[in-house]
Amino acid sequence: MPSITTGALSVALGGVPILHGVDLDIAEGEWINIIGPNGSGKTTLLRSLLGTIGHEGRIEIGGVVIDKPQDRARVLAYVPQSPVIPPGMYVVDYVMLGRTPHRGVFGRDTDTDVAVAIDVLNRLDLAGFVEREVRSLSGGERQRVVLARALAQQADILLLDEPTTALDLGHQQDVLDLVDGLRRERGLTVIATLHDLTLAARYGDRIALLADGRIVVSGAPAEVLTAEVIAEHFGATVRIIDEPDGPVIVPATPDRSPR
Amino acid sequence: MTIEPTRLRASALGAGFAALVVAVVAGLGVGPVGIAPRAVLYALVDAVPGLSADSGLSSIHEAIVQEVRLPRVVLGLLVGATLSVSGAAYQGAFRNPLVDPYLLGVAAGAGLGATIAITQNLGDGAGLVDLVPLSAFAGALFAVVLSYGAGYIGGRSTASLVLAGVAVASFLTACQTYVLQANSDAFREVYSWILGRVATSGWSEPMLLLPYFVVAVAVMLRYRRALDILAVGDEEAQALGIDPRRVRIHVVVAASLGAAAAVSVSGLIGFVGIIVPHVVRLVFGTSYRVLIPLSILFGGAFMVLADLAARTLVEPAELPIGVVTAFLGAPFFVVVLRTSRREVW
Repeated sequence: MPSITTGALSVALGGVPILHGVDLDIAEGEWINIIGPNGSGKTTLLRSLLGTIGHEGRIEIGGVVIDKPQDRARVLAYVPQSPVIPPGMYVVDYVMLGRTPHRGVFGRDTDTDVAVAIDVLNRLDLAGFVEREVRSLSGGERQRVVLARALAQQADILLLDEPTTALDLGHQQDVLDLVDGLRRERGLTVIATLHDLTLAARYGDRIALLADGRIVVSGAPAEVLTAEVIAEHFGATVRIIDEPDGPVIVPATPDRSPR
Repeated sequence: MTIEPTRLRASALGAGFAALVVAVVAGLGVGPVGIAPRAVLYALVDAVPGLSADSGLSSIHEAIVQEVRLPRVVLGLLVGATLSVSGAAYQGAFRNPLVDPYLLGVAAGAGLGATIAITQNLGDGAGLVDLVPLSAFAGALFAVVLSYGAGYIGGRSTASLVLAGVAVASFLTACQTYVLQANSDAFREVYSWILGRVATSGWSEPMLLLPYFVVAVAVMLRYRRALDILAVGDEEAQALGIDPRRVRIHVVVAASLGAAAAVSVSGLIGFVGIIVPHVVRLVFGTSYRVLIPLSILFGGAFMVLADLAARTLVEPAELPIGVVTAFLGAPFFVVVLRTSRREVW
């Protein structure tokens, strides 16, 4: 059963068309990475799925169109590229924000809310951080806390906007391994935008390349990530090294040998 | 493992009530006629309908407490609480620490309304109802409606609303200055209104403010958790399933109503709406679940004490309370800022 389907999804921001008729079918439990050059519409695609910007066309989640923000937040959790971390907010309160869709604006914390938060904090090794302020954490810890808030929503679909941008190599792997583990444990569907093409090839089942607001190619990493495709859409000269766990994309150095 | 989400602790709530009681007892006891705290408390109990207590005071002294000082203390309490909680709510709704309850032109509008009423001799000197507060209230609400209208035309964003508020405030202040210049004989009276005071003639002013105080406080208490959610910004709040615009407009309307009613009875008392919420943040943390209720209590206490200073420091004259709130508030704020280790904004 498809988890998310878009049909002829188009978005214009301030009168400027950003997405042109995007058709996507994302299966339940699938991990799809959206790649594309800057300005191709990756974040706009995530935001339209999230319902924070208006769109034309159809977005079905679990086979139905969801209009109410609260209902959508119960099935769709979002990890923004640059989350707003409120000053003075403690990790425990930040993670509890993820319970908002279940509680509403005026509800109180129930035992279930607390139990879910504890489960998520334990799973993400954050138990020692609950009384720390989120702002006092390092980049990697902070990213885990933001992920914890998203998981506390208990949504089946996770939208990740550039989840690794602010992290060093080790923490990039940690976060993506964590997401992969959670996906397998909890049967999550993951939709991520990624700049790092090698990481996009290494994690996830499928890559969709977005260029000028259209999906130009979608498929297994080795099919999408060819030197020709990358040259055409990213304007980059690369060499592709085929490794057992996926292609590795290496910038090709211009020829500097003396003539 | 157990977790404890932030909530208003009994100790913090107790501190707020203690501050309020101390302020009220001091406000009722200190003055040209000094009355001991114990007698003040008995007289206070005695003032409650249905209760009686023997304060041991002469009937004149008891009347000073119950009929002269009590309305004034209650008014100070209501004005301080309303301005503080409105300030805290505005800061949360706009996610901006420099915002005060006058952001959308409430003060300028009230100033214009009051100036018109005073220069047209609609004050109680005419023997009719005192129209100055009503005119000020109408001016304040007019300013907020104007700001919302201009902000809406300007693109509906929070920033355009804030800028619209600045423009409306400047415009109405200019109008007010013009009206005043054209009627310079009213200069003194208008000036004294602008600087603020919580002087009362009986219970009419506190009663005028009370319904707006109740509405503002009830709405703000109800939305305190929503303001915590709003702290992550509109997009993330939306992704968490709430409608940030709706929360913002409810909070801002309630805060503006409260602030408009407060300034219409007390004049333009500055600084309280910024300083009290920030002191509470520095001491008790930034969560609106804590900040909203404590701003009410400490705001009320602060204003009662400021009024006490205003009427005793240069006895028998009175200082304008707006001068006192800034004169005592600013150094106090710097001390709290210096001693707190919290990062609050």
